[in-house]
Amino acid sequence: MTPAAVSPVGIRFENIDKRYGGLYALRRVSLEITAGECVALAGRNGSGKTTLLRIAARLVRPSSGSITFLDRRNGAITAASRTGFVAHATMVYDELTAEENLLLFAQLLGIAEPAARAETLLAEVGLSDRRKSLVRTFSRGMRQRMAIARGLLNEPSVFLLDEPATGLDPYGVTWLAETLRGMRDAGSTIVMSLHGESEISALATRAVRLEAGSVIADTRTGASLPSILTFAGA
Amino acid sequence: MSLFSNTAVLLGKELRTEFRSRELLTTTVVFILVVVVLFSFTFDASSAESRRFAASLLWLAFLFAASLMLQPCFLREQSNDTLSALRLSVTDPFAIFAAKLSANTLFLLLTELLMLPVFSVLFNVPVFPVFGELVVVLFLGSLGVSIAGTALSAISAQARMRELLLPLLLLPLLTPVLVASTRVTLALLDTEPYMEWKGIGFLVVFDVVFLTALWLFGEYLLEE
Amino acid sequence: MKKHALASAVVFLLLGAAAYGALFVAPTEKTMGTIQRIFYLHVSSAWTGLTAFFICFLANLVYVWRREPRWDWLAVSAAEVGLVFTTVVLVTGPIWAHPVWGIWWTWDARLTSTFVLWLLYISYLLLRTLVEEPDRRALFSALFGIFAFIDVPLVFGSIRWWRTQHPQPVVMGGSGSGLEPTMWYVLLFSWGAMLSLMALLVRARFEFEAVRGETDLVRREAEGV
Repeated sequence: MTPAAVSPVGIRFENIDKRYGGLYALRRVSLEITAGECVALAGRNGSGKTTLLRIAARLVRPSSGSITFLDRRNGAITAASRTGFVAHATMVYDELTAEENLLLFAQLLGIAEPAARAETLLAEVGLSDRRKSLVRTFSRGMRQRMAIARGLLNEPSVFLLDEPATGLDPYGVTWLAETLRGMRDAGSTIVMSLHGESEISALATRAVRLEAGSVIADTRTGASLPSILTFAGA
Repeated sequence: MSLFSNTAVLLGKELRTEFRSRELLTTTVVFILVVVVLFSFTFDASSAESRRFAASLLWLAFLFAASLMLQPCFLREQSNDTLSALRLSVTDPFAIFAAKLSANTLFLLLTELLMLPVFSVLFNVPVFPVFGELVVVLFLGSLGVSIAGTALSAISAQARMRELLLPLLLLPLLTPVLVASTRVTLALLDTEPYMEWKGIGFLVVFDVVFLTALWLFGEYLLEE
Repeated sequence: MKKHALASAVVFLLLGAAAYGALFVAPTEKTMGTIQRIFYLHVSSAWTGLTAFFICFLANLVYVWRREPRWDWLAVSAAEVGLVFTTVVLVTGPIWAHPVWGIWWTWDARLTSTFVLWLLYISYLLLRTLVEEPDRRALFSALFGIFAFIDVPLVFGSIRWWRTQHPQPVVMGGSGSGLEPTMWYVLLFSWGAMLSLMALLVRARFEFEAVRGETDLVRREAEGV
């Protein structure tokens, strides 16, 4: 897939706190992601990766602190940035067909020629022949591809993925790696949470490890990529 | 991408989903039927008195049915986290509510209209002479129920005991709708039917007040 | 500590004075006799309950805006105290009605509306027990509290309108029943005394909730890490 070149967008997290009652999901997290970086977020379950991604996606409001999107010269972008988000859950409707799902979200997003875009994406993820089937009938791997297709609808400058390889078979993983590589090379900023090393983690230009809601290691400050990604000493 | 177009697209989805399976509509219609028949066992349904009870019965049955029918509204958006997908895609989160409450109003109205002739036969009340006026009060009442019910189902979907919680929160809140709608319907089913405009007024006020409240506070209901 | 004791003393004095006023100062009502004196307790409790619910409403609004837990603590305190006063209204109603009308409950407009009000705030409290996460609980109950309060005038208005169609024995005399000036003074004084009691109770409940809220926060943090 060769996406159109995007205007690069960076993300700045400043002193982000997220509390649920007395529990800190994120504790004073400050992180700056340069436009065009491909960041791998590592950490155990409950370390705050999902929360951080959801804050970046604007689904969760931080308890304190701020998040800003930056243009190439690190100036703040005021207009809503084009973000794509892929999560654990598929975020598509089981009771609609693949085609109907993508059309629905494309229309909501205000994409010009939504039907054409939906068709293009279905072809990209290899689900064209199943476009009139209800998502309910899809396998786990096919659903994940649907989820990714939905995330790519608006040609995101920032692509956020929460454990995207879950449920994908080896072919699916290779396909996803190819897709992400294309996006990275075209200038999209990618932040993805991962467990361990894989074809996907190999794409990362930077890795950050979270533990109990705080950043404990960052390749930018000298840690090595493999040490961040593996569960060493967990 | 405007609020209006987002709402229209989402409303289309809600309608398409429901008309594909029709599970909500059929179960609601059957439920109302069961409630009405059960109620009628508890008094002399064929007497002249029953006319007075007919209006109350009608609206009580609709209210109970609605408090059940509104349960899946936000619950069904939880299984695949499609609610997050919607929040990411729409410009104004109010579109989500606007679409759902419109769909719910339509579904409620449809079940009520289906029930009217049945009602008319079972209780010997003349429905057709005042059909137009009845549709007006049914619409305004159902709108009120949907606005409050859609808002509260967003809350109950995230709480425990949600099957009991929604009716518990909804029914006291809907007292004005029940009172006003019943009064207007009573007047319309009277031997000399007349239009109770004050009741209509109350319904309009309720609908406007709660729609405004939902518009002001809706996005907080969707927060994570 | 001393301030507290002083405040409580003042409140009890006021209540005592109000009770004295209701029992001895106010003139005996012509038709109903001594039992009518419960009117001062009944009406002042009703107004105080509504005041408490209004405070809850304001606290709800501020919480949604600022998200600071203390507004949630204030909201639940005001709601519970409001519920207590509303219960007094619902109990004194029948106590008055029985000797006068021979029946315990009349579906009189104000009493019925008060009953619905009571149910609304019971639901508010029940909602709180069914949402575990404290911030979510605070937000949802604040939003429901806002909906409930804006419903109150609609409830009272619609039931009153409906009741004018079917006159029932009206508890405590209708709205038109004239009150002598002395009666007005006693009533207003009673309301003032009740408000001071309300303030005292809300304050105490708030402090209890604050302690509970904070220990809860600490406990959750300890368990979380």
